[in-house]
Amino acid sequence: MILLELFLGFFEIGCFSFGGAYGAIPLIREVVLSYGWIEEEKLSYMIAVSESTPGSIMVNLATYIGSAKAGVLGSVIATVAVILPAFLIVIILTILLKKLIKNGAFQSMLGALKACVTGIILATGAYMILMNCIKSVNSVSVDYTVIIMTVALGVVYFGSKKIIKNGISPIILICIAGFAGVFVFGW
Amino acid sequence: MMKPLLDLFLTFSKIGLFTFGGGYAMISMIENACVTKKEWITHEEMMEITVIAESTPGPIAINCATYVGLKKKGFWGAVAATLGVVIPSFLIILLISFFLDHFLEIKWVASAFKGIKIAVGILILDAAIKMIAKMKKEALPIIILSVAFVAMMLINVFALRISTIVLMLAAALAGLSIYLIQRYKDKEASK
Repeated sequence: MILLELFLGFFEIGCFSFGGAYGAIPLIREVVLSYGWIEEEKLSYMIAVSESTPGSIMVNLATYIGSAKAGVLGSVIATVAVILPAFLIVIILTILLKKLIKNGAFQSMLGALKACVTGIILATGAYMILMNCIKSVNSVSVDYTVIIMTVALGVVYFGSKKIIKNGISPIILICIAGFAGVFVFGW
Repeated sequence: MMKPLLDLFLTFSKIGLFTFGGGYAMISMIENACVTKKEWITHEEMMEITVIAESTPGPIAINCATYVGLKKKGFWGAVAATLGVVIPSFLIILLISFFLDHFLEIKWVASAFKGIKIAVGILILDAAIKMIAKMKKEALPIIILSVAFVAMMLINVFALRISTIVLMLAAALAGLSIYLIQRYKDKEASK
């Protein structure tokens, strides 16, 4: 029964994937390949599409594989399955948190966790910018066009905060970057 | 009754439609929409959401949407925000899977995405900068941040299969030990 399989597989992914899609890709690969839903090559392509389209990468992949295996119904079931654990856990945790929040030990842990998350996000952003600017990992050649675009977009985004209140919104930055990409890299 | 729910739904579908590159980039989007513009939550709460999203399994986007929705309008708020953040990409992926077998080979799509990836890096960096700006400038958080940064960089560069949850557990443990040591010292002092 493919629908039940889709549900169980993506529920498992939703339950055990920490730290967003990039960290979860090995687990996703393991689950998808063990069920034999898709071949390895097709899966790599699907991951790339999920990364290049808006929205959560994990959810996109669930929708994509669900649809490829069992049409619209399959995509709905896979998507719901991957979302459900996160949805329920956050609701339960928020209820528990209300009681815990004044606890000193918990406060101390929360403070440490905030600093840790900040470090993780900083590293993720820095690494992403670095990888964009390198053409190929093996030959370590630098992509000057991307470096110039990174600096230009950075100046526009952070500079706009000095000129207008709160600066341009992230959505506008994404739009500018998309159009600039088409203009610079060709269509 | 319906209007706040609709507002949550629409705000989060806008976030879902324009977030590329997964959950970390979404933090900037949510901060901009829910803290700066709508003032639904405070920056402090946004930090809590980020910590919860990072320490719980599942897509970060879903963790965040559920939490903001719940804070604003209880259970149904959580449902509205979560549906909102999912539906745009759900429809896009469905269209691609039905009609576009070679989506990534379309030249302008690849070019646009190459540009967008540059913006995504900037947005993630911006989320981190905002968090650092609001952080207490004390020794302990600065040490934890630096260690987490270096560890995460090493994990990325060498493609190590270490989950971020390991870093989070280590940080929580450090926070707890510092608290217990502090309390023990206080007790000794009051004797």
